[in-house]
Amino acid sequence: MLAVESLQNAELFTLTYGAIVRQLLTDFEDVDEVNKQLDTMGYHIGIRLIDDFLSKSNVTRCTEFKETAEVIAKVGFKMFLGVTATVANWDADGTECSLILDDNPLVDYVELPETCQGLYYCNVLCGVIRGALEMVSMRTEVKWVRDVLHGDDTFEMRLKLLKQVPEEYPYKDDE
Amino acid sequence: MAAPGRMRCMYIFNRNGVCLHYHVWYRPLTTLSPQQDQKLMFGLLFSLRSFTVKMDPTSNNKGHLGVPQLPGQGCSFHAFTTNTYKLSLLETPSGIKIVLVTDPGMGDLREALRYIYSNIYVEYVIKNPLYVPGEHFRCELFNAALDQYVKTLK
Repeated sequence: MLAVESLQNAELFTLTYGAIVRQLLTDFEDVDEVNKQLDTMGYHIGIRLIDDFLSKSNVTRCTEFKETAEVIAKVGFKMFLGVTATVANWDADGTECSLILDDNPLVDYVELPETCQGLYYCNVLCGVIRGALEMVSMRTEVKWVRDVLHGDDTFEMRLKLLKQVPEEYPYKDDE
Repeated sequence: MAAPGRMRCMYIFNRNGVCLHYHVWYRPLTTLSPQQDQKLMFGLLFSLRSFTVKMDPTSNNKGHLGVPQLPGQGCSFHAFTTNTYKLSLLETPSGIKIVLVTDPGMGDLREALRYIYSNIYVEYVIKNPLYVPGEHFRCELFNAALDQYVKTLK
């Protein structure tokens, strides 16, 4: 019973997301513009999602990028998409890594038509991660490097830490 | 005016010092304007945090007083008590600070603050599509849920 319900919710989510992307394509017509819109939408979701995530997961610390990447892959994705990702391909500094998704519920039933080959269908996920991390003091760049809808064998996003911005005293001292 | 229970007031701040919400139950004396009061409160929390991190006897951090902290870095204080009130704080990694000022006899409010964060703030404010993050909010559902919850605190 519960399995059927959650399947229905997942399908509803996938179909709703598909409808949004289709509408964006109709409204903007340009694939690059739609990619940007999806990223921006994701960003606005991410800045809210972070508090939902923190309240459910009891994470209290966000100081190490390596730890953060693991938490996103194992806890974050599981909590919101129902799948886990793998963290791989770390660079020498430990500031850049890949998140690999073997299973991606957003793309169930999806095929990109000829006219939309440049579309990053799941670009919203990049925005979500970027927005969420910004709220915990990490400024990042997130983008897709492998996409099953473009013919690759898996979904891989590249997550790069630009800067950690600790909390500064926000008021000017003139008052 | 009879003091209704132990609650005095509550502040919610974000990481930029914006006071997202101020809730008052019983506060007989206010000498400052709301803006000054909120700024003072935020400044107090910020300074106390720097101070507690610097004075931590279990850590060997070499930074000078006031070095900006990353979320969860260093120790964090969660309450202080005076002879007339107790101030309890929850600070989340996303920079949200929830401050509850109560009667000094109040017990440990850490669980209560977590409940307010998870089940009241996230549910009624963050999940509200009309709310713009980073701004002051006024939400009847939030107020009602909060009042309902604090009645259960002893």
